[in-house]
Amino acid sequence: MAQLKDVLKKPSSFYDEFLRKPDNYQQDTHYCPGCGHGILHKLIAEAIEDFGIKDRTIMISPVGCSVFVYYYFDTGNFQVAHGRAPAVATGIKRTHPDAIVISYQGDGDLAAIGGNNILQAANRGENITVFFVNNAIYGMTGGQMAPTTLLGQKTMTSPYGRKATWEGYPMKVSELLSTLEAPAYVERIALTNGKNLMKARKAVRKAIQAQIDGKGFSLVETLSMCPSAWRMTPVDAKKWVEEAMMKTFPLGVYKDVLDEREVGSWHRALETVPIEKYHEILGLAHEGMEVEGDVESVPKIFRNPKVLIAGFGGQGILLLGQTLAETGMRHGWNSTWIPSYGPEMRGGTANCHVKISSDPIGSPVVSEPNILIAMNKPSLERFEKDLAPGGLLIYNTSMIDIKPTRTDIEILPLPATEMADEIGSLRVANMVIIGAVLEKTKILQKDVVLDSLNAVVKHKKFIPMNSDAINKGMEYARNYKG
Amino acid sequence: MARIEVHKDHCKGCGLCIDICPVNVIETSKEINNLGYHPAQYKGEGCTGCTLCFYTCPEPDAIVVYRKD
Ligand SMILES: Cc1ncc(C[n+]2csc(CCOP(=O)(O)OP(=O)(O)O)c2C)c(N)n1
Ligand code: SF4
Ligand code: SF4
Ligand code: SF4
Repeated sequence: MAQLKDVLKKPSSFYDEFLRKPDNYQQDTHYCPGCGHGILHKLIAEAIEDFGIKDRTIMISPVGCSVFVYYYFDTGNFQVAHGRAPAVATGIKRTHPDAIVISYQGDGDLAAIGGNNILQAANRGENITVFFVNNAIYGMTGGQMAPTTLLGQKTMTSPYGRKATWEGYPMKVSELLSTLEAPAYVERIALTNGKNLMKARKAVRKAIQAQIDGKGFSLVETLSMCPSAWRMTPVDAKKWVEEAMMKTFPLGVYKDVLDEREVGSWHRALETVPIEKYHEILGLAHEGMEVEGDVESVPKIFRNPKVLIAGFGGQGILLLGQTLAETGMRHGWNSTWIPSYGPEMRGGTANCHVKISSDPIGSPVVSEPNILIAMNKPSLERFEKDLAPGGLLIYNTSMIDIKPTRTDIEILPLPATEMADEIGSLRVANMVIIGAVLEKTKILQKDVVLDSLNAVVKHKKFIPMNSDAINKGMEYARNYKG
Repeated sequence: MARIEVHKDHCKGCGLCIDICPVNVIETSKEINNLGYHPAQYKGEGCTGCTLCFYTCPEPDAIVVYRKD
């Protein structure tokens, strides 16, 4: 047990001033008088100060009354979506293994909406510390029933008292999580009398120390007073924790395998992958990468192509997009590709978005394409209106028996499916289209496209046919007189 | 002798410190503070430095305990 200091005062891991309130009220919290959150905050803050980890601690604020954790702790801070703190904590810890990552969550946040998040993080044995505040109610939203609400307890949404056959039993999170193998340490504490407060202090420190030692997942469940939503005085609330809550939620250590674990055994060092390895994984390891894009030779409207490709699932829509994106990348530009899978994948429309740009790309989503490729009728009907003025529409007349209506765009009708059939396979219709794109936009070079295909296509036997199809597409576009 | 200091303008008058003090040396002040509460106040002597009022207080800066003064 850590020694008590001679002077106990506000820990230095709290900010000097809490900026959320108007000038002279900046030293106090937003919590109601007697709220357990404040008590737990102080224990955590003291541990952070004593362990000297303020500069490498990252607190995750939940949704709930403790949403403002970040106003108080002078550490790194994230405020995250309801229940998602364990997922965000996982991401931070995995990318910053030396940070001390603390997830702070209420019972609505952790046990209701975030139930699966905490379960999975605990089961993966993330090397994080979770402080779980069980006050048997949703405080912030005005006192609705929580998964942890006691049987018989009256809340806004259980006005006659919680009934097992209607709302189920109070969820015992510590008991549940301690059945998993990965967690290192799980304890339930309370913030009532002196004895319990000292045990709580010890548990808070132990759970943080477990992470510092790289021993894996720890969770401390705190039975915490919510005098406001319980409609009690703070002192009565404290008594209610002892007389009612503790019967359903007995205090104690539910799991502790810390002594069995070696220091560092659950520390997951960040594995950095060398750049050549990325190339190998993505199948990029050849000369295509070296080609420099020559932006000046490209018609202005196509300098930063935003391509929307749509058609039936099975028309090679996604491969078409992938090949364009890959080719852009091999020219030395930035490129993105996102497929839109949907229930419409078979039969209806499938589409994908491609951006190629000499500037960094903010979002991969193409809402106003400057190149639209419509491989079937529904795609033309649906997306024609979205094309930017002056943009290029390429549509597959083999499958589309209507005509585009816009007059402010460039249009290339082309019988891609029939041409592909002549070449020898319906599957190369997408390559005919690529040929047309190359010819019209001048942004991509054919040999680079072929290199990209080599990386993207699994069945290499199609490659000669693809090359033929690209040539035919280019030729068609060159000779087309609109 | 140990003693405590209550920073009355950061106290919300919740009474938890008064309830927990084993030697009963904290009381409620008649004064109304900045936040609109009757803050806690030290009776002036008798503190043993047990620290419990510090740990039970939900406010970061309402109570300071000097254990060895
Ligand atoms: C996605 C989403 N769903 C619902 C809400 C509404 N909401 C805000 S706080 C809260 C529950 C908070 O209860 P708890 O986690 O027990 O924390 P407490 O306020 O009691 O500390 C809910 C349901 C929300 N903000 N976001
Ligand atoms: S509503 Fe309850 S949990 Fe929320 S600040 Fe008030 S006492 Fe604390
Ligand atoms: S330190 Fe202990 S004895 Fe002194 S005032 Fe606080 S609770 Fe009472
Ligand atoms: S516990 Fe803190 S906030 Fe509550 S009355 Fe005592 S000093 Fe004031």
